Amino acid sequence: MHLLTHLKTLITTAGLSGDENPIAEELLKSWSPWVDEVHRSRIGSLHALKRGSLPEPRPKVMVAAHMDSIGLMVTEVVDGFLRVTAIGGLDARLLPGQLVTVHARRELAGVVVQPPDHLLPDELAGKVVPLDHLFVDVGLLPSQVERLVRVGDRISFAQPPMELGKDFLAGHSLDNRASAAALTLCLEELQGRELKWDFWAVATAQEEETLGGAATSAYQLRPDLAVAVDVIFGDGPGTPDYLAHPLGSGVALGWGANVHPALFSAFRELAERLEIPWKMEPLPRHSGTDAFAMQVAAEGIPTMVVYIPLRYMHSAVELVCLKDIARAARLLAEFVTQLDEHFLSRITWDE
Amino acid sequence: MNQQPSLEYPPPKIGQRQLRLLARLCQACAVSGDEGEVRAIVLEQIRPLADKVWVDAIGNVLAIREGRGQPRLRVMLAAHMDEVGFMLTSDEGKGFYRFEVVGGVDVSHLPGKAVYIGRDHIPGVIGTKPVHLVKGDELRQRIPLESLRIDVGPSNDKRVKIGDRATFATPFTRLGPSLRAKALDDRLGVAALIELFRHAPANIDLLAAFTVQEEVGLRGAKVAAYALEPHLAIVLDSTPANDLPSWDAPRCFSPSDFRENARYNTRLGAGPAIYVADYATLSDPRLVRLFIETAESHRLPYQIRQPGGGGTDAGAIHKQREGIPSVSVSTPTRYLHTAASLARLEDWSNLIALVHAVLCALSPQVLSVER
Repeated sequence: MHLLTHLKTLITTAGLSGDENPIAEELLKSWSPWVDEVHRSRIGSLHALKRGSLPEPRPKVMVAAHMDSIGLMVTEVVDGFLRVTAIGGLDARLLPGQLVTVHARRELAGVVVQPPDHLLPDELAGKVVPLDHLFVDVGLLPSQVERLVRVGDRISFAQPPMELGKDFLAGHSLDNRASAAALTLCLEELQGRELKWDFWAVATAQEEETLGGAATSAYQLRPDLAVAVDVIFGDGPGTPDYLAHPLGSGVALGWGANVHPALFSAFRELAERLEIPWKMEPLPRHSGTDAFAMQVAAEGIPTMVVYIPLRYMHSAVELVCLKDIARAARLLAEFVTQLDEHFLSRITWDE
Repeated sequence: MNQQPSLEYPPPKIGQRQLRLLARLCQACAVSGDEGEVRAIVLEQIRPLADKVWVDAIGNVLAIREGRGQPRLRVMLAAHMDEVGFMLTSDEGKGFYRFEVVGGVDVSHLPGKAVYIGRDHIPGVIGTKPVHLVKGDELRQRIPLESLRIDVGPSNDKRVKIGDRATFATPFTRLGPSLRAKALDDRLGVAALIELFRHAPANIDLLAAFTVQEEVGLRGAKVAAYALEPHLAIVLDSTPANDLPSWDAPRCFSPSDFRENARYNTRLGAGPAIYVADYATLSDPRLVRLFIETAESHRLPYQIRQPGGGGTDAGAIHKQREGIPSVSVSTPTRYLHTAASLARLEDWSNLIALVHAVLCALSPQVLSVER
């Protein structure tokens, strides 16, 4: 698999929270050659199993990357213009002039519009225009819009991917398709290797809204260990240095209440042995990932978070370094490979 | 039946070839003062057609296509090649650059945009702080230009430099009856002028001016009009269509309950916009009348642009030498000077048809009456 090509395909495939079918089908196509079994969950997550060799009942590890992306949803059609609301966490200041695709009765290209001051309430003059005062314009006649667009239709960002020199890709939805691509690469690296544990590669639904995919997949698959793969703040304007993970600097390993400390130690030791550069990401509260839901699924699951640095998170021009994605993939592949009959005995709270 | 003088000189037809040229022009980067990429396309198109073509001291492309018979009016048609954009002003290392805007760019349209830098179209992005790190009230404060950077990525660090110009990286796209692109202002005018030059009627000498630096003060047009010394001038530009619904709180239940938008400037789909007055020019009434009468006799749609602010190259042209009777006609365009402007294809083709019909109808009598 060519990582750059694969990642470009993933970020140009639709899949907003709650409507992940297109991206799930794309991932199913990519993962199928490398796994023994694949299915969709009731809530829409993609479950792919690479079977292990230990006798039944075999321990299981679940590695989850959410596949849903942020965007907009139509709330009202006014004179051929669309009023919208957010899917996921959006900064309205980044929206004016953004290229979008409206998933209506057919796909419609459009643009987010900030009306001029004189068409806005007086109190907004010179201020940030809130999301509910913006429009989407699809360039069609009002009668065509009435026929094609319904309230509730989803709207994706549509800025085409851009390569910023060797190894760097900019585009929307890299949160979290970068991690989905890392899972593809991980599955490919495992080709021909024998695993002892069952390995469930999972592309979760609805992370940006409810964490509903991760919660239900963890319940259904009932893994012995769960790892979330997601993106973390890269270094860029506005991100303070103490929070930033420079692009190309390797992976970040989460540490905090959402992470089992023994699992963290296992990942840290492995990264050091493999000479994969890593940094700790302290998580004083919520990890901001699927780990939050997986940790408390069913009777509780020891959980870990692996992060890939990404600049300009939740914008249409997120930026990642392909090397970091490849490093995350390798770390995950080596982790699931080294899982053996003794591993679980290390994941304890014995101080 | 109306006599239609334009039948003598067939009008341009707008098809795939014209749209491909428009797309090429829109995707070229030509920020004011750096119009080379558009100039090259214009020269390539105009050279085979012109009796005389030259690039003047400040970069305008001037071209003459002579008519036949006497007496003939010397008619200047102008469209500006330049677009608004950015210039890199400071190299902060690791691929981050400070930048300034060139022309009237609303800074609130910059965060989260992709850009192309320089003649080689090196890609970059204007990124901002992730929303997760934005605290409380900050979300309601505009992001100032000083806090924005163009990021070309660590590995392209040395492929751009201070002084390079940048534009939005927006692909040209058809949206049903509309066109979505950057720089429709004024590549719509440039492409229209190329077609009109190709189909110049022989009753006039057509003096084409593809001007530079319109967006920074109508500077190319000033010297172009001096050099061409026309009897009259017609400026082809883009003008804002602010034909959006108005916000009216409390909001009611149907579109008809919205406050009427009385300040629309122009409307998409209502035809080319004829200028009577903007902040820079009071159009020559004889030319305004000629446009209106021609539109009506040819059953072409037209609208009068709402008088008020804004300006075109006519602002510089009409005061040149002893004075040059001038008028502007524009394609109504939404969201000018942003990453993605939007115009109706039929407004553009109607503009070309109307200007062609006006050119065919021009004779010295038009100017022999008093204003």
